Amino acid sequence: MADRPLPDLPDLPPLPSLGDLPPLPTLDGPPLRRPPAGGARREWQRARVVQVRVETSHARTFRLALPVWNAHVPGQHYVVRLTAPDGYRAERSYSVASPPEDAGHIELTVERLADGEVSGYLHDGVRVGDELEVRGPFGGWFVWDGRTPALLVGGGSGVVPLMAMVRHRRALGLDVPLHLVVSARTREDLLYADEYGEESTVVLTRAVPPGWARPPGRLAAADLAPHVARVGEGATVYVCGSTGFAGAAERVLAEVGVPAGSIRVERFGPA
Amino acid sequence: MSSLFQGRRGRDPRLPPGQYDVGSSWPVLTAEATPNVTPERWSFRVDGAVSEAEEWSWDDVRALADETWQGDIHCVTTWSKLDTSFTGVSLDALLAQVEVDPRATHVVAYASTGYTTNLPLADVTGGKAWLVWAHEGQPLSAEHGGPVRMLVPHLYFWKSTKWIAGLRLLDHDEPGFWERNGYHDRGDPWLEQRYQGD
Repeated sequence: MADRPLPDLPDLPPLPSLGDLPPLPTLDGPPLRRPPAGGARREWQRARVVQVRVETSHARTFRLALPVWNAHVPGQHYVVRLTAPDGYRAERSYSVASPPEDAGHIELTVERLADGEVSGYLHDGVRVGDELEVRGPFGGWFVWDGRTPALLVGGGSGVVPLMAMVRHRRALGLDVPLHLVVSARTREDLLYADEYGEESTVVLTRAVPPGWARPPGRLAAADLAPHVARVGEGATVYVCGSTGFAGAAERVLAEVGVPAGSIRVERFGPA
Repeated sequence: MSSLFQGRRGRDPRLPPGQYDVGSSWPVLTAEATPNVTPERWSFRVDGAVSEAEEWSWDDVRALADETWQGDIHCVTTWSKLDTSFTGVSLDALLAQVEVDPRATHVVAYASTGYTTNLPLADVTGGKAWLVWAHEGQPLSAEHGGPVRMLVPHLYFWKSTKWIAGLRLLDHDEPGFWERNGYHDRGDPWLEQRYQGD
């Protein structure tokens, strides 16, 4: 490389200084997590399945021991990669259900989808002692670091990343305001059914057990309003679920006066 | 050892590595609440490294010659939608109406929600990017970015900004929303550029 200075640029009109431009809009402030300088390359690694738990008739939790474990922020996900003998590969992302205090391990709760190429194999083909190729953690937006008040609204398997947040809060004994509203079709479809304590509200949409106070029905303003008030202004609202659920939850949140700018959304599935 | 993964047979060669065919459905992925943008309130602005900033209304954009693009789109979350179509205007047609500074190298595309994404200028010029308002002949729904989103189908679909509000031309690369959150700066699906460092 030559040491002499580069020649000046030819005569061009000066670029407008960015300071003169109106600032671009931003989504609610800086992200909570940024990759380290030079990139946050997460390598593929082979994790060992140390436990498989049946959560519901269509969901299982896979507990994995990781050779290279990086503490995740609750809400982050891992990618699982399956490789066929002929080299064909399939990858899917799954939210981590366990808290970062569970060092060396992650738990992924996988819902079996109809005709699910990866979820079907994970349910039918994977046993304790098997190895799974994984990469992560990823995601810097749909994350909660335990410092700010939060309202969590999850539908179906959308509760998985939110449960990591609840478990994190419990593991550290945090008293920062947080409330979880979880929606499921029936109690039999409800993930982590035994774990919901006083920081949680369960909404059942299709059928309720005998003696259940709330009649079955979709998430409504009355389900969220008291908790929006409790977590207070300035809370971040995390919505996770199917497209139908997320859209409905966004509308209900708007109805109870939550500003759109305080809502973070993670959606899955077809429109 | 448990059963071997076989995967789906008869893999379509139009699928980049690690992608699967989502069929006729079209997943919705957003980071923020879906805004209610009407055509009357929508506008598109180009500023930054241009001699003079320019703004177009819905009517301005609809008065330009439209094009229908047909092909495959690829989401970083591993679904691909094959042989689909969008109707809109080429970004070339809009950039032809401004004087682009020759030192412009990159753009930040931004939405009215505050979502941003960065792209090399070369990836949004030369017939590679559009502003679109229809999908398979139907108006683009709000959850898919309507009334108008960007379409940059040769890159992962997070680059195809929903509720597009403008393009800022820069003489340098400045990471956008997902790019600051761990995703790749360019996002070529055929090179599997999913995350920073890929």
